[in-house]
Amino acid sequence: MLDIGLWQEIFSTMRKNKLRTFLTGFSVAWGIFILMILLGSGNGLQKGVMHNFSDAKNSVWMWGGRTSVAYEGMNIGRGISFKNDDLEFVQNGRPQIENISGRIGLWGGEYHTSYKNEYGDFGIQGINPGHQVTENIKLESGRLLNVFDIEKFRKVAVIGTIVKERLFKEEDPIGKYININGIPFLVVGVFGDIHPGETERVYLPITVVQKTFRPGTNVELMTFTIGNATLAESKSLVDELKTGLARKHKFDPNDQSAMGSYNTLEDYQRNLNLFIGINFFVGIIGIFTLIAGLVGVSNIMLIVVKERTKEIGIRKAIGATPGSIVGLIIAEALVITSFAGYIGLLLGVVVLEFLNKLLPASQFFRNPGVDFSIAIGAALLVILAGVIAGFVPARRAAKIKPIVALRDE
Amino acid sequence: MVEIKNLHKSYDTGANSLHVLKGIDLQIGQGEIVSIMGSSGSGKSTLLNVIGILDSYDKGDYLLNGTLMRNLSEKQAAWYRNQMIGFVFQSFNLISFKNAMENVALPLYYQKVSRRKRNNIAMEYLDKMGLLPWATHMPNELSGGQKQRVAIARALIANPKIILADEPTGALDTQTSYEVMDLFQEINSAGITVIIVTHEKDISERTKRVIHLKDGIIDREYKPQINLQYA
Repeated sequence: MLDIGLWQEIFSTMRKNKLRTFLTGFSVAWGIFILMILLGSGNGLQKGVMHNFSDAKNSVWMWGGRTSVAYEGMNIGRGISFKNDDLEFVQNGRPQIENISGRIGLWGGEYHTSYKNEYGDFGIQGINPGHQVTENIKLESGRLLNVFDIEKFRKVAVIGTIVKERLFKEEDPIGKYININGIPFLVVGVFGDIHPGETERVYLPITVVQKTFRPGTNVELMTFTIGNATLAESKSLVDELKTGLARKHKFDPNDQSAMGSYNTLEDYQRNLNLFIGINFFVGIIGIFTLIAGLVGVSNIMLIVVKERTKEIGIRKAIGATPGSIVGLIIAEALVITSFAGYIGLLLGVVVLEFLNKLLPASQFFRNPGVDFSIAIGAALLVILAGVIAGFVPARRAAKIKPIVALRDE
Repeated sequence: MVEIKNLHKSYDTGANSLHVLKGIDLQIGQGEIVSIMGSSGSGKSTLLNVIGILDSYDKGDYLLNGTLMRNLSEKQAAWYRNQMIGFVFQSFNLISFKNAMENVALPLYYQKVSRRKRNNIAMEYLDKMGLLPWATHMPNELSGGQKQRVAIARALIANPKIILADEPTGALDTQTSYEVMDLFQEINSAGITVIIVTHEKDISERTKRVIHLKDGIIDREYKPQINLQYA
């Protein structure tokens, strides 16, 4: 049935009925186009939101708050702040906890960074080396902060690429001193980050900050990562830590405002689930649009069969079997849907590429586009769709009786 | 070649059924040229459809070339039509988007003859019909007589045993009608059985045997007195 004669028959028929062929193909091309745009946009939305998770996905952040429940005779409203020994408390006996770090943020316009005649207000953070892993920063030149900087209270700094551009322009900053509120720091490294906003930062050893800008042992915020823990493992570890810290700082472990925490993995998983839902929904809409297109094809093919009743009757009278008629109609539907589907696919990809170029990447939308596997899947779907769309009309065509068809009106 | 015994055929038209053929007995031998005449509603077209295996019958026997034609599947019927029978119709029934050559070649497509080969054979037949210069013309660019000759070429291309023609001259003027009849006589002289349904007396007189139908039975049968021999 797939001999070359059949294809010659189909193509000569299609060539001689151009408008009909075009109209039939259009609805399928449109369906596939919409499917591609929907899937691609869903993908863009997902990439946009998931981009926020391009730092360590297994990081946990903990910070002190203010008690809201009286506990062991102590009044409410007591401030809880984490100190150096809390870092040790968290790490002790928990080898799965990695990259533990405090983080003291020096914000709010009080801290000015300068190099020669260039000034700027940047986010200055006192950290332990582990925080650089949690933030997933990329070293561009020099080196990152290390434990010796912490232990030896070295007045060194690693600066983000934007800081480097603002203060140093084309100059190489490594080995130069920047000045933060009158204190000189030796620049040892420059880093980039996938989030451009996070390169507007200067990282200093936390111990130096505790000796200069914020005398004391406060660490403000604790951050760490938890190996390859599952969501459940990570959640139970965080709960365990909260209970331990509550006992240590003497606040009610159920007090929601005494300390805050953020488990990236939990948030990541929640968003992932959200996007599974969104993609499913978008896919459903796309498939139904495609089905509408297919019903269109089926409809037009039915009209085509009606229009060609006489021709089919003639073919049958001169020896066409029902099978050959079915083959003819299905093959025609198949050729039209495959070709039109391919056009729709291509057009969808082009439009998505165009959107990609046109729209700036944002927190909610970036790099729309479909995977190769999805495109292949859609192409196979179209072929299947062509067969389905052709089936009903083909059966009707096969049932045409030659005498009915040949009767003179 | 055609052997019909006590053939009955009725059509269901909603509540009542219309008894069209009421017991036809007919034998047509190999190489005969026969016309079937009758007024409209006499059942002559129905009889031709049954002979052409385009339609079924209710009672009786129909043997084509010694084979009983009954309870055929559509596929078998298509095969017999393709191998044994060539059809010629009043309204030509050419496929409008195919040119003369492609129309003629179509029966060979269903015999799985390659495109080049079937087009070559089609050109031969068009040549015999004197239509070679019109081979690439579409049906709407041809005159009635030319269209009917294309249709006849198509009916002949698969080397059928029988040519069935339903009012083949009904849409043609007298002069062209006679030319078409000459063609049928020529075909007949090559040994092919020709059966022509017509209601025109002068057409029937150009065959060797006239079967007259009235109200679904054979009313009378005669040999035309003036039998002009052309071939």
